[in-house]
Amino acid sequence: MCLAVPGQVESIHEERGTRMGRVNFGGVVKEVCLAYVPEIAVGDYTIVHVGFAISRIDEASALATLRTFEELGLLDEGLAELSGDESAAAP
Amino acid sequence: MKHLSEYRDAETARRLAAEIRRTVTRAWAIMEVCGGQTHSIIRNGIDQLLPPEVELIHGPGCPVCVTPLEVIDRALAIAARPGLIFCSFGDMLRVPGSRENLLAVKGRGGDVRVVYSPLDALKIAREHPDREVVFLAIGFETTAPANAMAVKLARERGLANFSMLVSQVLVPPAIEAIMRSPGNRVNAFLAAGHVCSVMGTWQYPTLAERFGVPIVVTGFEPLDLLAGILAAVTQLESGRHELENAYPRVVTERGNEPAQTVIAEVFAPADRVWRGIGPIPGSGWRLAESYREFDAELRFGVGDLRAVESSLCRSGEVLRGSLKPDECPAFGRECTPRTPLGATMVSGEGACAAYYNYGKAHTPGREGGESR
Ligand code: SF4
Repeated sequence: MCLAVPGQVESIHEERGTRMGRVNFGGVVKEVCLAYVPEIAVGDYTIVHVGFAISRIDEASALATLRTFEELGLLDEGLAELSGDESAAAP
Repeated sequence: MKHLSEYRDAETARRLAAEIRRTVTRAWAIMEVCGGQTHSIIRNGIDQLLPPEVELIHGPGCPVCVTPLEVIDRALAIAARPGLIFCSFGDMLRVPGSRENLLAVKGRGGDVRVVYSPLDALKIAREHPDREVVFLAIGFETTAPANAMAVKLARERGLANFSMLVSQVLVPPAIEAIMRSPGNRVNAFLAAGHVCSVMGTWQYPTLAERFGVPIVVTGFEPLDLLAGILAAVTQLESGRHELENAYPRVVTERGNEPAQTVIAEVFAPADRVWRGIGPIPGSGWRLAESYREFDAELRFGVGDLRAVESSLCRSGEVLRGSLKPDECPAFGRECTPRTPLGATMVSGEGACAAYYNYGKAHTPGREGGESR
C-alpha cells in the first residue's frame, strides 16, 4: 500500500462536500480524493496514496532534477578524462 | 508521464554509480528505511551497481511487516464476528497471526473484503447500514491522511456502523530507535520520499544532528535511489551529517499541511510495538480521544488480546538490518511467499519477499565485502 502511483487529473467534481477527481494512471482511471491538494487543476500530475492525492508533481522541478543528473554526467565524464579512471565501465 | 521513464535511464544510472565509486574511500552502511525502496533496489539491481564499500541495509519500512502480531490477532477476532464486514488492504490478508490469517477467516465464510482505499470501506458502510464495517488502518505517514479523512467523513456523514482498527507507525522514531540500538551499524539513512511528502522534512535536521548521521530524502526510481546514495556517501566522506533533500520534485520542507491538520485532529501520538523490533515510544498514532467511538478495539473489546511470536522466523533481525533475508535458515525452504512464516515474506515490500521474487540468493558471506 506504500507504493504511490503518479497519475494525471482528468476531471474534478464535488461529492457530498468533498473535493474528488478522476485520475488517469497510465490508462487506468480511478476516483481519487483531492481534499489535500486544493491547488491542483485538471491536467496536473499528482502522487496518489490509497485513494488520496498527496502532492502535485511540478513538471518544471522534475526537469530541473533531470538537468542536475545531466550536469553530473558531464562532470563525471570530465573527471574520467582527467584521471584516466576506467571505473565508469559496468561491473 | 513522459519524464518518468527518464528517471530510469541506464546511462545516467551508470554515471551515478561511477561517481559513487569515485567518491567512496572506505566502508559505509546505508539504510533505506522504506520497503518500496528495498523493492526498487532489488528489482533494478541497484545494489549490484554499487562498489563493495557501500552496503545497503534494508530497513523496517514495510507497514505490513512491522504490524504486531497482536494487531493481526485482534483483526482476526473482529473479522470472525458473524454479520460483520471486515475491510483491509490486500497485502494484509496472508499475514500470519498466531494461528491463522484473514484469508482463512474468509475461507470459513467471514465477510473479509479487500479495498484499495479506506473510502471504499466508507462506501460499504453506507451501503450496509445494518451491519458493522471495520477497516484495518495500518501504514506509515503515507496512509495516515487517507485513514484520518475516512474517520472524519464517517462522523460528518453519520456512519455509526463504521469503525477502525488503527496501527499507524512513524518513521522518525524508528530512525531514533535504530540509532540507539546496541550494535547499530547504520552510518546514513535514505529517508522515504513519500513519507516526507506528507510530513515534510522539518523533523529530520535535529535527528541528523543528534546522532551525527546523514539523512537523505530519496525517491523510488533507480536514478533517485542512486542520487540519494551518492548524496549520503558524499556527506559521509566529507564528515558532514545533515538533512538533504534529494527528491525536491515531490518533497517540500513543510510537507502537506492540509493533511497534517486532519491527522492532528483525528489521531493522537501513541507508543507502538513493531513486529520483530519491539516497543518504540511515540512511534505511532491511535485515534484521538474525541474520535474514540470509531475505535474498533474498544467497540469489540479486543484491546487486551496478547500474542506470542513463532520462534523459527528471524524477521526481527532482518528488520533491524542485522541479517540479510537469504541468511535465514528457513528462507526459500520452510518459508516462501506461498507459505510465509513471517510478515517480511508476505508483503511485496518485505525484504524476504523481495529477495525471493527477484532470485536474489548470493553466496552467504556475512562480512559485507562479498563479491557482487
Ligand atoms: S525468510 Fe521467512 S522465516 Fe526467515 S526471516 Fe524472512 S520471513 Fe522470517
